[in-house]
Amino acid sequence: MNKYTPIIGLEVHVELKTQSKMFCSCSADYFGAEPNSHTCPVCLGLPGALPVPNQQAIEWCIKIALALNCEINLFSKFDRKNYFYPDLPKGYQISQYDLPFGKNGHITLKDGRKFGITRVHMEEDTGKLMHQNVDGVKTSLIDFNRSSVPLVEIVTEPDFHNSADVKEYLQALQQIVRYLEVSNADMDKGDMRLEPNISLSTNPDLSKLPNYKVEVKNINSFRFVEKAIEYELKRQEKLLEEGQTPPQETRGWNEVKSITFSQRVKEEANDYRYFPEPDIPPIIHTPEKIDALRDSLPELQNKKANRFVTDHNIPLNDAEILTRERSLADYFEKAVEHGLTKNVSSRQIANAIINKKLNHLEITLENLISDIAEGAKVETLDDSELAAIITKVLAENSKAVEDYKAGKESVIMFLVGQCMRAIGRKVEVSLIKTAIENSLKP
Amino acid sequence: MNNLTITQARKDLDEKKISSLELTKSYLETIKKHNQELNAFITITEKEAIVQAESADLRIAKGQSTPLLGIPVALKDLYMTKGIRTTAGSKVLENYMGQYDATTVMLLKEAGAVIVGKTNLDAWAHGSSGENSDFGPTKNPYKTEYVPGGSSSGSPVAVATEMTLAASGTDTGGSIRLPASFCNVVGLKPTYGRVSRYGVIAMASSLDSIGHFTKTVEDNAMYLSITAGSYPMDATTPPVAVPQYTKNINAGVKGLKIGVPKEYFIEGLDPQIKSMTEKTLGWYEEQGAQLVEISLPHTSYAIEVYYIIQTAEVSSNLARYTGVRFGHDRTFFGDEAKRRIMLGTYVLSAGYYDAYYKKAMQVRTLLKQDFEEAFKKVDVIITPASPTLPWKLGEKTADPLAMYLSDIFTVHANLVGVPGLSVPMGFIDGLPVGMQILGPHFSEEKLFQVGHAFESANPIWKTRPELKTEN
Repeated sequence: MNKYTPIIGLEVHVELKTQSKMFCSCSADYFGAEPNSHTCPVCLGLPGALPVPNQQAIEWCIKIALALNCEINLFSKFDRKNYFYPDLPKGYQISQYDLPFGKNGHITLKDGRKFGITRVHMEEDTGKLMHQNVDGVKTSLIDFNRSSVPLVEIVTEPDFHNSADVKEYLQALQQIVRYLEVSNADMDKGDMRLEPNISLSTNPDLSKLPNYKVEVKNINSFRFVEKAIEYELKRQEKLLEEGQTPPQETRGWNEVKSITFSQRVKEEANDYRYFPEPDIPPIIHTPEKIDALRDSLPELQNKKANRFVTDHNIPLNDAEILTRERSLADYFEKAVEHGLTKNVSSRQIANAIINKKLNHLEITLENLISDIAEGAKVETLDDSELAAIITKVLAENSKAVEDYKAGKESVIMFLVGQCMRAIGRKVEVSLIKTAIENSLKP
Repeated sequence: MNNLTITQARKDLDEKKISSLELTKSYLETIKKHNQELNAFITITEKEAIVQAESADLRIAKGQSTPLLGIPVALKDLYMTKGIRTTAGSKVLENYMGQYDATTVMLLKEAGAVIVGKTNLDAWAHGSSGENSDFGPTKNPYKTEYVPGGSSSGSPVAVATEMTLAASGTDTGGSIRLPASFCNVVGLKPTYGRVSRYGVIAMASSLDSIGHFTKTVEDNAMYLSITAGSYPMDATTPPVAVPQYTKNINAGVKGLKIGVPKEYFIEGLDPQIKSMTEKTLGWYEEQGAQLVEISLPHTSYAIEVYYIIQTAEVSSNLARYTGVRFGHDRTFFGDEAKRRIMLGTYVLSAGYYDAYYKKAMQVRTLLKQDFEEAFKKVDVIITPASPTLPWKLGEKTADPLAMYLSDIFTVHANLVGVPGLSVPMGFIDGLPVGMQILGPHFSEEKLFQVGHAFESANPIWKTRPELKTEN
């Protein structure tokens, strides 16, 4: 076993899909919009403008915290995080410092292992810098459409020890915010931004953290997070082997070269001079309000998959596929209900959806059920007819039968096709295939 | 136009004795005549004012009558005005064109007020004398070699000299009450959150109160009825009902319990101001009020706490003025702004936060408790508005600390959020002296009653400055 144990924690930013921005009434749906068309004095940070918090965003942030089993701070507040950057129009970002909406939560991965969630807090996004040539001059342009769009930051404990668990966590987190319908969590639109903190420990007591950590900033795909972690672990191990402690620093990810690169070392780290945001009164919630939000949470994927196994008598594998997206899971359950009247079982429906890779958004429940019912007729009504056709087809295609028996199993689909032509109706392919296989068994 | 009040002007306008246009032109005339000497205005909006006055006259002709319809008013140049230059008294925003109207500006316009201009102030409202303005100091009209008080320096001067009937200001540590006292006008610092801050350039956000100057208490009460209220663009304006502040203004002071805090009558208070205040308190007693000696035990910490919290917020609020998108760059900040940015940055820095900012916030809680305890015993508290008379221009500019101490009687109210009304009390050596009436949160109606009682019997405000007729 390796003498180094990877210690990994994650910071994930999730952009919420509220109608309006975090602190003003501008539309938060900025993707593809004309630059600076979704702006006002507040999100432009003009003199005299004041932030007014978006209640919907706060509720959604709390829902995420609840879904991650967090304790909720009933007395919470916003704070100013002061730093200079041209995409930050006020010279500070409104965020949460010592009283985040959620804290001390956890997430359970498929095999039952729990990973700690340190905090879930609310903040605002920044504008976007673009460096372009304008009339032959290198120019930096700023688009403030994204400025003040609500962001939720989710910070984990340093509980991860390999990149595979990290990936599973990220997928689970993406699934949760999608289930809650609070974010599209589209990686390619920047709805989810990922920052792993990585270090290597030689201490058998893993609660004693290494004396350094490396943060890799703003990665926008799960695969890149895996790669960045793998790269960092190798890089840091090499340094440690050489007797050096890797410097505490922030690194960026170069996706072309698949390497991380140094951006800022600890000595240059910002002092953000956090203090309570005086423009926004403290946010106070009653326990009743939090209970109501908790009650409003939808059944999440893990729970739903397990329930599908018991309620609908389908294998866990199938249940997991059917619950990947909440809309598909809902579709399946409606189909099951609908199928009851037509004598179509939940298993048949699950098979139909999974095997045919149906786009549930395009096929109505009625069509789905009647298709399955049609397909099922072959099985129940025409067993003997099917047997006769198979016998005939096999006799007419003795070459293919020989090939199959000689081990060339791919010809089976040719035989299936011949049978289907002879039947002349739409039938269940898997049924014919199984019947042929059975009759060809030695 | 001598000693015209809004109340009187309203009557004259409604009775068609005068038109808004005539009124407005007369005030613009006075501005043109005396502004060069007094430097009360940074920008005079003559063209816009004429249009607004003409439109007001049309509405009056149709029989409309709202309290401010056709009344000339001025705005401290910290109020954002769409299409009108808004400088904050700083060269950084020397050419900054307002992009939108502040909530109060919108309310004043809706009420039919005529805006004659933007008044001078200490740059970014940093100061107690008006001398920190990058556009030159404003002069005290009673003795022009003296300061008018600040940071709202141009507004009270404009009211005192018939350049306008009312003027808006802001009060973060005394910036309305002190200059009102120095210029023989009435100035209100409302309860924190009573008037929307939206569109008023922030100095220290947890302390800034949006108030105004008028000649009389009654005018002041009327003006607040227009600007007060809960508005959606400012999350710190709670939904507390806005009364008609003039309605019970004659209620009198019989049976009123007036708190006299012993910590305010101490060494450092000008003996003449002390005796004038005692005389004023004596007058209230004669009218049937009861004087109660009280203690605000943490008073001596207020100024320290104020200069930590205020500078911390200033350092953050001024961060947006980089010159990247608008205005000039940071080299255009004056010394006082730089001093506050450095102090504020220091007290918020890692390693110092606990010793300064956090400690200051804890003491702020104690200061709040001082007032809570006091208002269990009394209805209002009366103190001098300033420990000293107005000083000569240049007298304190070399000593920032001495300047900071001039706010010693006023900062307490900002830290606690309670309202304070400054009302003329008399003259000493030809210079005005004002009292400060403090009350619990949202007790403005009471403050107006108490101030109006004194003013009706002692119309000090009618002693107007004598201005040079020609420059």
